[in-house]
Amino acid sequence: MTFPFLTIQNAVSFEASRVPILPAEAWRQTLLENCAEGKARITALFGETMTPDVTRVYCLLGIDSKKHLLIGAADFFGKNPAYASITPLLPEAHLFERELYEEFGILPVDHPWLKPVRKQENHSFYKIEGEGIHEVAVGPVHAGIIEPGHFRFQCHGEKVLHLEIQLGYQRRGVEALMIAADSKQQAVLAESVAGDTVIGHGLAYCHAMEGLSERSITPKRCQSLRAIALELERVSNHIGDLGALAGDVGFLPAAAWFGRLRGDFLNMLMELTGNRYGRSFVMPGGVLFDITPEMLRSFIRRLEKALTEVKELAELFFGASSVLTRLGQTGVIKQETARSLGAVGLAARASNLLRDVRQNYPAGIYRAHNIALVKMSTGDVYARARLRSLESKRSLQFLRERLEDLSADKIAQPCGMSKKGAMIVSLIEGWRGEIAHVVATGAEGEIRRYKIVDPSFHNWMALSLAMRNGQISDFPLVNKSFNLSYAGHDL
Amino acid sequence: MWDILKNRWKQGYRTVDFPSKVEMPERFRLSTANDGEPQLVKALDARMQKLFGRSLKLRVVSAGSCNGCEMELQALGNVVFDLSRFGIQFVASPRHADGIVVTGPVTKNMALALKETYDAVGEPKIVIAVGTCAINGGCFAGSGEVLNGAASTVPVNLYIPGCPPHPLIILNGLLRLLDRK
Repeated sequence: MTFPFLTIQNAVSFEASRVPILPAEAWRQTLLENCAEGKARITALFGETMTPDVTRVYCLLGIDSKKHLLIGAADFFGKNPAYASITPLLPEAHLFERELYEEFGILPVDHPWLKPVRKQENHSFYKIEGEGIHEVAVGPVHAGIIEPGHFRFQCHGEKVLHLEIQLGYQRRGVEALMIAADSKQQAVLAESVAGDTVIGHGLAYCHAMEGLSERSITPKRCQSLRAIALELERVSNHIGDLGALAGDVGFLPAAAWFGRLRGDFLNMLMELTGNRYGRSFVMPGGVLFDITPEMLRSFIRRLEKALTEVKELAELFFGASSVLTRLGQTGVIKQETARSLGAVGLAARASNLLRDVRQNYPAGIYRAHNIALVKMSTGDVYARARLRSLESKRSLQFLRERLEDLSADKIAQPCGMSKKGAMIVSLIEGWRGEIAHVVATGAEGEIRRYKIVDPSFHNWMALSLAMRNGQISDFPLVNKSFNLSYAGHDL
Repeated sequence: MWDILKNRWKQGYRTVDFPSKVEMPERFRLSTANDGEPQLVKALDARMQKLFGRSLKLRVVSAGSCNGCEMELQALGNVVFDLSRFGIQFVASPRHADGIVVTGPVTKNMALALKETYDAVGEPKIVIAVGTCAINGGCFAGSGEVLNGAASTVPVNLYIPGCPPHPLIILNGLLRLLDRK
């Protein structure tokens, strides 16, 4: 007997009381049945303390083929509740269950690797022993200018048998701060979840707040401007990553050129928003600045030029046989692996899984205007690099279309008060992949629970598996090809 | 490929000059009047300047930063800003460094690693806090998980404000510290 979960829509609020609360075992069975044969995937799995004795665990599922989002919950009682872990049957749940255990003490019995996610304690690493096996420990302070994380390799000679990634050094307690902060601080906090995805996380927050408010009409011009900022962010990051990859394989002309080109997009964002990463541009109800007619003409002209440059650069980079040899067949993630890990965004699309919020669960301007999507099938570093250049081209074309049909309209319309006892799921396709913000309001319309899932949270394990049986010297390259967020994972 | 490179070579690209004064465009300007420039940086003393003035090697420690400041520090190394023309470089180990750059509000989980990295740098050494979070915790101030800025853990010589600071602002701070601007 199956108990159906509630079907919901992206960025549309619903009464929290409509979420079906199932007995723990039935909830687990429904979840597994929905996810059987890869039909649905876990978008978020998180707890909320209802009373000191009751913890409610929500599961948000996405059925990409049907464009459905499902939500269902179960209550767990007492101090140390337990249930049979779903990870052995559904590997994509592994990090969510560890998080649940760490934050709420709900024990997933028979979880294969129940270590803390963010707490700095009990760091026992998976160990391989035998002749010629050695261990390499890296971090949390790295050689490059990057965020902190600890990597533990089990190697035989140059070959990596296993890589375990321990994060948590960036833990700032964003979710708790979101509840305590006032609305202006909340916007800043949401943008600071990951500083490279300012617009993505900012927009997820805004869609959530607008959906929750009692009256909210977001003007069309404002929606277009938001999409323009989001796509500029995507292009600048993709181009920056291509530059870093070029640097890692030692192809310096392309590295220098990609690096400069990235600056062009950041500078456009700065002209539009006053900040190279677009901070404080998107606000609940609208955007902070409008685009002037001169700026519009200049942007169209410069984007046209940038598109030519991206094409030329891609020809230069992917036309070099030494680059192709280095990138091809390095750090492979097969489609089945990506599916079982619940990979999202660019990493999934490089492994032949078309997962994109802009198409599957569109919100804002993407409801009216489709963006052409691309995917690759090989799942190696080459696929992830190539996909970045192809997506950049599509985004630049989309940007041009949006700039050309900007409607005359207001850029902001204040939101009303938040609905009481409501919930909302807000998904945004950031440049890394699916960003999920889930918000629940209390009896006074105040925020009761704010859950953030960064795409990196789904994808870190894919990096680990991509390194299996590869050379340890491939690590910088494979790592860069994913370019996951430490801060977004640690919150 | 050769043709593409040749075309680029002909066009050329110039590294930016250090601007003497930057005017904020009208649309972003704050309404409050700004009288006089506040003193943000005090240059190092003569001995430190003699040591580091023409060659400064820095090690970056990210301690809870959102990656915004890191990206701007990385951008300092590209062809546009080209930090190394001033004799300043980011190095891979604290043992090679004359000082550290701290970003982020300093999370409890990173405090030990930050302290140990600082201790690994030989004396005399400097500490530069980059970004709002490293100054006082920024938007994360007051969270139980952070220590509200770099000064909580290491003594700071220079604060560079911004969220994140533009590469030219970081450059400006560094050059003022070395009394070269």
